Amino acid sequence: MAKGDPGGTTRSRRAAPRSRKGAAGDPALVQLLTPEGERIDSATGPDGTEYRVDFTDEEYRGLYRDLVLVRKLDAEATALQRQGELGLWASLLGQEAAQVGSGRALRTQDMAFPTYREHGVLYCRGIDPIMPLGLFRGVDQGGWDPNEFKFNMYTIVIGAQTLHATGYAMGITIDGKTGTDDGEAAIAYFGDGATSQGDVNEAFVWASVFNAPLVFFCQNNQYAISEPLERQTRVPLYQRAAGFGFPGVRVDGNDVLATYAVTRTALDNARLGQGPSLIEAYTYRMGAHTTSDDPTRYRIASEVEAWQAKDPIARVKAFLEKQQIADAGFFAEVDEQARRESVHLRERVLEMPDPEPVTMFDNVYPNGSPLLDEQRAKFSRYMESFEGSAH
Amino acid sequence: MATETLTIGKALNTGLRRALENDSKVVIMGEDVGKLGGVFRITDGLQKDFGDQRVIDTPLAESGIIGTAVGLAIRGYRPVCEIQFDGFVYPAYDQIVSQVAKMHYRSGGRLSIPMVIRIPFGGGIGAVEHHSESPEAYFAHTAGLKVVTCANPQDAYVMIQQAIASDDPIVFLEPKRRYWEKGQVDLDAPLSDAYPLHSARVVRPGTDVTVLAYGPMVRTCLDAATAAAEDGRELEVIDLRSLSPLDLTAAYESVKRTGRAVVVHEAPSNIGLGAELAARITEECFYSLESPVLRVTGFDTPYPAARVEEEYLPDLDRVLDAVDRTFGW
Repeated sequence: MAKGDPGGTTRSRRAAPRSRKGAAGDPALVQLLTPEGERIDSATGPDGTEYRVDFTDEEYRGLYRDLVLVRKLDAEATALQRQGELGLWASLLGQEAAQVGSGRALRTQDMAFPTYREHGVLYCRGIDPIMPLGLFRGVDQGGWDPNEFKFNMYTIVIGAQTLHATGYAMGITIDGKTGTDDGEAAIAYFGDGATSQGDVNEAFVWASVFNAPLVFFCQNNQYAISEPLERQTRVPLYQRAAGFGFPGVRVDGNDVLATYAVTRTALDNARLGQGPSLIEAYTYRMGAHTTSDDPTRYRIASEVEAWQAKDPIARVKAFLEKQQIADAGFFAEVDEQARRESVHLRERVLEMPDPEPVTMFDNVYPNGSPLLDEQRAKFSRYMESFEGSAH
Repeated sequence: MATETLTIGKALNTGLRRALENDSKVVIMGEDVGKLGGVFRITDGLQKDFGDQRVIDTPLAESGIIGTAVGLAIRGYRPVCEIQFDGFVYPAYDQIVSQVAKMHYRSGGRLSIPMVIRIPFGGGIGAVEHHSESPEAYFAHTAGLKVVTCANPQDAYVMIQQAIASDDPIVFLEPKRRYWEKGQVDLDAPLSDAYPLHSARVVRPGTDVTVLAYGPMVRTCLDAATAAAEDGRELEVIDLRSLSPLDLTAAYESVKRTGRAVVVHEAPSNIGLGAELAARITEECFYSLESPVLRVTGFDTPYPAARVEEEYLPDLDRVLDAVDRTFGW
């Protein structure tokens, strides 16, 4: 690892180059697209790995479209919460590149284990964005079949899903599905706060000793609700991997190209049987932790403004314009698609029916339970006793 | 019919072997379950015969055992997790309660976690702290989990296989002080004809007092019944077997005949299984009761030092004392 790690966390108490726009000069930060929209041909990771991407114009435009769409849908969900249509929303604002870059790096056969904020990854998996909104509206538990979508259910207990991902990846190995280009891999999403959890550290140990085909994808968005990174760690998070015996890399999480490149490489290494790795996607949560949070109580506006200058979408737009990969008509068309999809999402959220109360007894056990049968029957009789009354 | 005399421990071992043979998706995982065969040798010889990808020695991390087993279950495996001792299950408590128990519900019934969590439980072996606890109420209180316990070799052999075959997540409590007790086991009877996993069973019929027990206390209560018979009192002993869901059909029928009920468990009394049993028997059998439902349990202390555990644990005399007291009302 680079001695002293000058990039460190830009929030380090030591004299880190805080004034530098972006972190392009940070030798530890893999970056392929600067905040100004300049392409960097290739970047080198801490272990010497060369990262580069070779996208067609169409693919560049596709990434831009993804970024705009997930931001717009996210904003719509925030609005729906403010209007009382969702109980809660955990916005991904600012983390679009980390999610689209890693989400698009997944191959069809790969399995993702999200937290509760991976709406962008969900979108990249081709999943209807309405799917998690039942959870946030309170009409269901947000459930789906993880195997149908290769995308596990949202996990709210911090870090718990990293162990699930590790076990799943162990299963890939037992099934003999590694060692070839079309092998399988899993990816576990978590945040900077989660790195303090025992489960995440246990997952690191397990993945390491079982050589599990797994990518630990940490979105370091600098805050665990109100607590800054300094409360979780004294070392850059990607360096934690070394102690567990697998590679770690820090990528500019606001750079969709670098995030894609780093994730694709890590996944391919995993599927080839080379074991786990840790990616620290260095980014920033531009909004609140959730709609219940008030970030003005714990961070200053100038910090937010500094990160505003590193916006993940603006840099792609600048790049597309400079390289004449897209024109005004394209940008207008993407905006129109985003508007249309968000209106469509809103309409369907408003149509989500409240569940029948008696359904709360369903699906507790695959094989049912006589206790629940009895409680359901009693509850039904109780509810029926109101029928025909003034209520 | 191949009937053999086996200990509870060997019956469990044989049941696990059968499960591994019958379903390639069954994997056993835990600390020291491989070469060592588990600290109680319940997995003895299994890694040798099924390999280290089916019988997996895990890192020393209980949350990791359960959490990775969840992932394996999502992938289609049927993990059988061994927690080495009752008092070591708590690091895994979050994964069990918040993940294992709720996955099926949260998925709207689309995902099952067919996991068995084996835990040797209870005291009586002269162990140091954390090795003698009875945590069943924590798990029985949790919606989405089922909890069972065996009390004899035949049940041990059958119930472990039934639990593994079930799509429900099941906490399987093993009465560690009874691991070495022997009994006849029918190894050939097909699982499909076996007595249902979640049903209680009358293990000694009687007419005067109904005694409800499970796991290690079934033997204690049967001994008490033998002693009581010498005094002319016939105790009906029911082995509950399933602690969640409880099957109280036989208990209600029995109490309506006897008018008296005593619940026996090693776990502390406060908010324990006995409280639930007393409440439900009272509700269902109110007009038949000649006495309140009494509880004979461990005390509401941490599990005490081994040299006083005999006084802490319910024994034959304390059971008989409670039986006597049911006649005092």
